[in-house]
Amino acid sequence: MEPARSTVLLAVREALHNLSTSEDGGHILSTLGALKRYLQGAENPALPGEQEEFARMHFSAVLRCLVGRLSPGWLGLLPDGQLEDLWASFFLEGPADQAFLVLMESIEGAAGPSFRLMKVAQLLARFLSTGRMAAVMEGQCRPPAEPAFPLLQETLLTKVVGLPDQLGNRLQRENLEAFLPQNYFPLLGEEIMRALQAVVDSLRGGWDCSVSFLSRVLGKACVHGRQKEILGVLVPRLTALSEGSCLWQRVCWRLMESVPDRAMEALLTGLVEVAAGPEVLSRLLGNLVVKSRKARFVMTRKILFLQHRHSTPTLQSLLGYLAMDSQRRPLLVQVLRELLETWGSSSAMRHGPLPQQRYVSAALLICLAHLGDAELRDSRDELLASLMVGVKNRLDSSLPAVRRLGMIVAEVASARIHPEGPRLRFQYEEDELSRELLALAAPLPAADSPAEVEASPSVAPAAAETPDGGSTDGGVPQARPEGSGSDLDSDDELVPYDMSGDQELKSGKAPAYVRDCMEALTSCEDWERWEAALRALEGLILRSPAAAREVSVELAKVLLHLEEKTSVVGFEGLRQRALVAVVVTDPAPVAEYLTSQFYAVNFSLRQRMDILDVLTLAAQELSRPGRLPKAPQCSSPSPGSQPSSTPAPAWRAVVEKRIRNKTRRFSQGSARRGPDARPNEFNLVAGYFFFPLLRHFDRPLVTFDLLGEDQLVLGRLVHTLGALMYLAVNTTAAVAMGKAFLEFVWTLRFHGDAYVRQGLLSAVSSVLLSVPAERLLADLPDELLEARPWLADVAEQDPDEDCRLLAVRALLLLEKLRHALVPPAPP
Amino acid sequence: MERLPMVSPVRVPAPPASMAANPLPPPDPQFVLRGTQSAVHALHFFGGAQGQGRPLLLSGSLSGLVHIWSLQTRRAVATLDGHGGQCVTWLRTLPQGHQLLSQGRDLKLRLWDLAEGRNAVVDSVALESMGFCRSSVLAGAQERWMLAVPGRGSDEVQILEMPSKTSVCTLKPEADAKPGMPMCLELWQADSSPRPLLLAGYEDGSVALWDVSERKVCSRVACHTEPVMGFDFDSQKARGVSGSAEKALAVWSLDEQQALQVCRTHELTNPGIADVKIRPDRKILATAGWDHRVRVFHWRTMKPLAVLSFHSATVHCVAFAADGLLAAGSGDQRISVWSLYPTHSDMSAPLLGHAEGREVGAHAVA
Repeated sequence: MEPARSTVLLAVREALHNLSTSEDGGHILSTLGALKRYLQGAENPALPGEQEEFARMHFSAVLRCLVGRLSPGWLGLLPDGQLEDLWASFFLEGPADQAFLVLMESIEGAAGPSFRLMKVAQLLARFLSTGRMAAVMEGQCRPPAEPAFPLLQETLLTKVVGLPDQLGNRLQRENLEAFLPQNYFPLLGEEIMRALQAVVDSLRGGWDCSVSFLSRVLGKACVHGRQKEILGVLVPRLTALSEGSCLWQRVCWRLMESVPDRAMEALLTGLVEVAAGPEVLSRLLGNLVVKSRKARFVMTRKILFLQHRHSTPTLQSLLGYLAMDSQRRPLLVQVLRELLETWGSSSAMRHGPLPQQRYVSAALLICLAHLGDAELRDSRDELLASLMVGVKNRLDSSLPAVRRLGMIVAEVASARIHPEGPRLRFQYEEDELSRELLALAAPLPAADSPAEVEASPSVAPAAAETPDGGSTDGGVPQARPEGSGSDLDSDDELVPYDMSGDQELKSGKAPAYVRDCMEALTSCEDWERWEAALRALEGLILRSPAAAREVSVELAKVLLHLEEKTSVVGFEGLRQRALVAVVVTDPAPVAEYLTSQFYAVNFSLRQRMDILDVLTLAAQELSRPGRLPKAPQCSSPSPGSQPSSTPAPAWRAVVEKRIRNKTRRFSQGSARRGPDARPNEFNLVAGYFFFPLLRHFDRPLVTFDLLGEDQLVLGRLVHTLGALMYLAVNTTAAVAMGKAFLEFVWTLRFHGDAYVRQGLLSAVSSVLLSVPAERLLADLPDELLEARPWLADVAEQDPDEDCRLLAVRALLLLEKLRHALVPPAPP
Repeated sequence: MERLPMVSPVRVPAPPASMAANPLPPPDPQFVLRGTQSAVHALHFFGGAQGQGRPLLLSGSLSGLVHIWSLQTRRAVATLDGHGGQCVTWLRTLPQGHQLLSQGRDLKLRLWDLAEGRNAVVDSVALESMGFCRSSVLAGAQERWMLAVPGRGSDEVQILEMPSKTSVCTLKPEADAKPGMPMCLELWQADSSPRPLLLAGYEDGSVALWDVSERKVCSRVACHTEPVMGFDFDSQKARGVSGSAEKALAVWSLDEQQALQVCRTHELTNPGIADVKIRPDRKILATAGWDHRVRVFHWRTMKPLAVLSFHSATVHCVAFAADGLLAAGSGDQRISVWSLYPTHSDMSAPLLGHAEGREVGAHAVA
């Protein structure tokens, strides 16, 4: 050993000296040739001991010297780029890790773009393209000959993964294609595969190997956010390879297991996204979730509860993975339990955004689809209890989307958890979301993907047959025996029209007078007459307003207390329209009556909400009579010129007549008349609608507590008030209404219910729209000043998306207002 | 409105599922005739001057007037007043000479001459029954024709030979049958035999087939539990359909032994059918409903095709023109005209109304 060391030392020292000083091409060539003897695979190689010594001790020094000499003049010492080839061969054939480190080092050390930097970068690209990176990693997988030097491995790891960043920083615009991350990481994936192949080969050969460096590379690449690129290469290959071979499978599991904890999350999220289905995931990961706490945390908590960006297929493969092995199934049950808890927790409902709730619901349904009856039965009581709590909380919510999720999930979950029990059945309209969720809940076919492909065509004909079966009821087969050959004309297929309007005819017992209607509605035992009266009422009121006005309040009372005693189709709508008609005909007294009843004792929530709806609709009707589109106030371009036009119609008529005489028109456009200008009828009565509703909201009754349980009604109240405020635009009462309303909003601004907050925010907008700008500043400056920070706060922090949007809108309005009043400083 | 049904024969291969999902919207009338100023109780298409495009439409009203409508101008071209203000219940034109028969509740059956713009009563037959029964005519190319009218006794039918007004016979049911009053009549002649036959719907809901020359009932079948209000018979298929005051249509057929049997009944949404007519090309049939609606069915399969809801009062009568146009007359004093499932066979025969159109079809097959 000793002689080898000293001979090599001497030879290298001399060569380095020659290289660094000589300017003679031939001399340099011979020196390099001599050095090359120490590389593996060279012609007439040196003794193996010497080679080893060279590689261990002197190789990097030689490389550094070579890099240092690099310049156009030096390369030009010999013709035909001989020198460059020789120079490069040292990097490409010598020990890969050292070569890589020297290359990276010299690139990092370069001050700026230069000839040397470009040469080295090109060499690095060649280094990568000839697959030397696999050699670098392979080197780290072999058992070390001497005690490993962790710092070296760490540096190597940083350089391998950070290569695109480093090169990008150094080369700026001259960066090469190969170093772009989207190219580099797939290549790295390939190289990892080759290194793994080498590992497997050497394991087969009986040598020990370690994949931990590869795991660390993989983990670090994932941490850098390059999951898609690197896993996109690795996953399909590993899936294919691990299918046939136990060894590969073990290597693969090992690879995943030895990923450091801090990279586990990045790796796993990337994996569940890339892997096509639970089978793949299961093959790649094995029982990783059982072995690694970190992996368990990521898979069963982080992805499910703390994120909601993953797609449904991702969820399906994740939960499917948990369901595939008996060791993992307890985890699935636990996940289900936790999902149910989160799904049903009222705090999660209040503070979680809607997409997340949808995500949790989807995960819940997938879990249910995977779990067997026996497993569910074991923890039925617990599951049922938390389900019921959740359903209650969800149905209590005032946001329709939250309630809907509650209904859909509750139906499915109750049927699964407690199949013998009575079925829950809610009335919700089917839409894309519900269909999607219900499809998730359908139990999956136990087979893997190829079987599914086979199954799908067999499903399709069955589905295609059903409509046929349906059409047979239409009478075709009955006709066949009758028609027996007499006429089989094919054009007999007459397509039926829509016959949904064919309903039973109600006998005409409709009363002809409003009073008769009232009598029929109050004291009638003849249900047909009762129904006919209800149907006729709206028309009668509108036709004879005078007669309706005589009995308006009584009529409103009757209608408000009207109960649906028989199942009349569209009862709610009929009653509502009639009530609206009553209010429109005689606004002041009826509105007064209705608003007083809103805070009265003996009403159901339904009736109170009906009152609100009716008031809104009536106000809308009043503010635009004759169903004309709302007269656009801004349509006249110059309101200033209008007054002048009114006193001088005579001369204008004369002028216009002259013009008409002298002008030939090719086509006579229809003279367009704007909608008739009419006074806003709501002007006079807006106060009757608005103020009584504001009056008692903070006084709880025995049966009605707006600030407590009945927040749904409170939300409706706020929305109604906002609508009334908006409809009161251009009325004299608007300023007073706005002032009172902003105070009301202020007291409720931190309400816990998103629906109420939405109402408040839109109400602020409607105040800003309805109250004239100058009056706003003159009369309500403090309120506006207070509202501003609150709006800004909500716009940033509210958990509900709609709330944020509404707050932003209100802020914009406020901003516009400010611009309108305070013109921007003159330039 | 005409466009949609035109598409339908082309769309045969389309999957039935999509059809069911997206039915055609309910059709609208092609046009509406107003101006009778009273309820319309009888309708009849009349060929008008031959070869002159669209036929005329005759309507009989509650106020005893018969209006003649031009379908070209959609105006009434003439008004006939011959029933003394009593409701006109039945209208029919004779194949030869422009002659119109109208039956009124003034117990008169008038024969009008409409040729060359005339509108004069040329003959009249006194009726002896106060019932609602509509008469029936069997007229060929010959000079003489046969008329069936409700007879003097409440359950009798009288057969007259016209124009001589000779009473041929009186068809009286056997003493123990008690079918009640005849409600509707239909004289017809099978292609094979010269013997005239009479189909009569009775008050007890039965339909009977009379052999007129032998004055006996060939067959009788109970189709409804309520009085038969109207029926129509397809002599080529030997099948008929009847409507009554109850909630169902009955389809019955006549076998070789001249025995009637009920094939099937078809449930309706609302009770009461005032009139039933099969289109001359035997593709579809229409019913006039007390529920203000006209229902259209596929005649071969009895598949419901459309519910025409336009009228706001009882529909009293429906009529088909030879070219497929459908007219419905209602208590709301309007006549709606519809064009559904247009016939694509051009009827070369003179447009002589319903009975004629059917005979033409029969000859074509024979």
